[in-house]
Amino acid sequence: MLKYVLKRLLASLLTLCIMFTLTFFLMHLTPGSPFLGDGKITPEILANLEAKYGLDKPLLVQYKMYAMNILKGDLGESIKLSGQSVNEIIARKFPYSLKLGLFSSAIAIIMGTILGTISALKKNTAADRVIMIIVTVGIAVPSFVVATVSMVLFGVKLHLFPTVSLLDSFSSYILPGFALSFFPLSFITRLMRSSMLDVINQDYIRTARAKGLSERVVIFKHGLRNGILPVVTYAGPMIAGVVTGSFVIESIFSIPGLGSSFVTSITAKDYPTVMGVTIFYGALLIFMNFLVDIIYRFVDPRINIAK
Amino acid sequence: MSDMIKSEILDNKLFSPASDSEKATVEVMRPSVGYWKDAWRRLKANKVAMGSLIVILLVVLAAIIGPMLSPYAYDQINKGSENLPPSAQHIFGTDSLGRDLFTRTMIGARISLSVGVVAAIMISIIGILYGAISGYFGGWVDIVMMRIIDIVYSVPTILIVILLQVALKTPIDNFLNSASAPQFLKNLGVGLISIFFVLALLYWVDMARIVRGQILALKEQEFVLAAKVLGAGNRRIILKHLVPNCIGQIIVVATLKIPEAIFVESFLSFIGLGVSIPMASLGSLSQTALKGIYSYPYMLFFPAATISIIILSINLFGDGLRDALDPRMKK
Repeated sequence: MLKYVLKRLLASLLTLCIMFTLTFFLMHLTPGSPFLGDGKITPEILANLEAKYGLDKPLLVQYKMYAMNILKGDLGESIKLSGQSVNEIIARKFPYSLKLGLFSSAIAIIMGTILGTISALKKNTAADRVIMIIVTVGIAVPSFVVATVSMVLFGVKLHLFPTVSLLDSFSSYILPGFALSFFPLSFITRLMRSSMLDVINQDYIRTARAKGLSERVVIFKHGLRNGILPVVTYAGPMIAGVVTGSFVIESIFSIPGLGSSFVTSITAKDYPTVMGVTIFYGALLIFMNFLVDIIYRFVDPRINIAK
Repeated sequence: MSDMIKSEILDNKLFSPASDSEKATVEVMRPSVGYWKDAWRRLKANKVAMGSLIVILLVVLAAIIGPMLSPYAYDQINKGSENLPPSAQHIFGTDSLGRDLFTRTMIGARISLSVGVVAAIMISIIGILYGAISGYFGGWVDIVMMRIIDIVYSVPTILIVILLQVALKTPIDNFLNSASAPQFLKNLGVGLISIFFVLALLYWVDMARIVRGQILALKEQEFVLAAKVLGAGNRRIILKHLVPNCIGQIIVVATLKIPEAIFVESFLSFIGLGVSIPMASLGSLSQTALKGIYSYPYMLFFPAATISIIILSINLFGDGLRDALDPRMKK
């Protein structure tokens, strides 16, 4: 077990290194300077600014400097928002993305599992068909469409929920949460349905029924526990993806989260912020994948970890 | 030889002509059905898939000839008819510059569809070659190539997509402005070309994995040995013997990559990193519509509905295609 964990940890670190290097050179090979465009900058000021942020040194030296700082946990200082460190920006903005992401993930996992189970148990009934139609649509409609349509419908026309969200009340979570969770919810429902269909045809379910267990125990204790395994695999990357992937939703609902500021800092060539956020997000995603791999082996002992 | 047997051993009197009913028992009732015909037959029986196919064909038709039939050009600014709601003159209404939204939506569909198809082709070429080489040679080649795939897989795609999109813009721009750039690339514009690059660089992984899995099983079969014995080189075996044998899966994966590519394109255009104005894509149309969402919701409705319909119908058709081409893959 320990050997496996170490091996996975090493692989995760390697991925993180590669991602860091890739991001660094991608960002720096892009021509143009973050300081241009303000209009009134003289060459002397430009040189001073570049010296301040270390941009005048050779690329490899910058790379080394940056890597050393990262190891100390320092993501550098934003170029555009002067005086603010990237750590501060993340600390201030990430909680919004995290709250919304966790809320959406919870909806997606709970609703998806329930809908998928119902759909599998009531296969080929009206309920199953309705669920499958909703879910098929849910996979096809991009999140920005879900977000804008639900905003217009429930926010502007019906005035049920606020359209600008600071995530300070429960009702302000509803619309962005729904928009963000619609796709994973649909995906989990489909996953859950096909895995439950597999499970309820297994011999041990027939045995459980044959020995006279109530339908509730059969479904919840014997069926669900096994049927939910694929959802566990999907949930880790999904949570990371939902937490980090809300660029569009955040800008539509004017949520001051990290996603919307990532897009702004890319177009503004704010290297340290872009790098910092990418590394932060990447680390989160890779960590979640790592976690899921480990958890999965605990949940499903059939998978041989020693191999 | 046969004459000899006939005359010496067998007596003709023992034989009588077969009756019609006897003939009928050995007659092949139907002509044998080939792989493609069989698949087509299964596909035809699938109502959802056929319905989606019709929708796809209609959208493709509208995207190709629609803009030619329209009385307005997609970038034609009509003074005095700004922000019109849908009417007989402008079926989908007009935008804030008075451009006809019906024409722009059809152009957008054209862009989205071509992004999907071109990306799917590029993804397929890279994925097939990568997967085939990895699976066929095996050993350390396979190990190294699979490690690379693992890394590409665990990188947060959407972040890298956005970064690449920004980073590629200037080099491509420089290339396009140089004299040696072909005209058709200039017509495409920076945004689209870098979307193609991004998609080709990051989305081939699934295809490579599936092709590799197929090839691993196929390469042990006798026909590969036969080809080797007959002196076929590796290249010939991979391209002429192995890849054609997994064409079913390849087509299915490629089809399902089309909506994925359209998804990415619309997402990028929506956050302002896609096609450049005045060109329209369904994502950028939705984004423009967002500014006037409170007063003119129809501007969002049409491009958003079009993109959803395109993705939905290709998804459903792809599922049907999978069931038809490879019943074993059916879940």
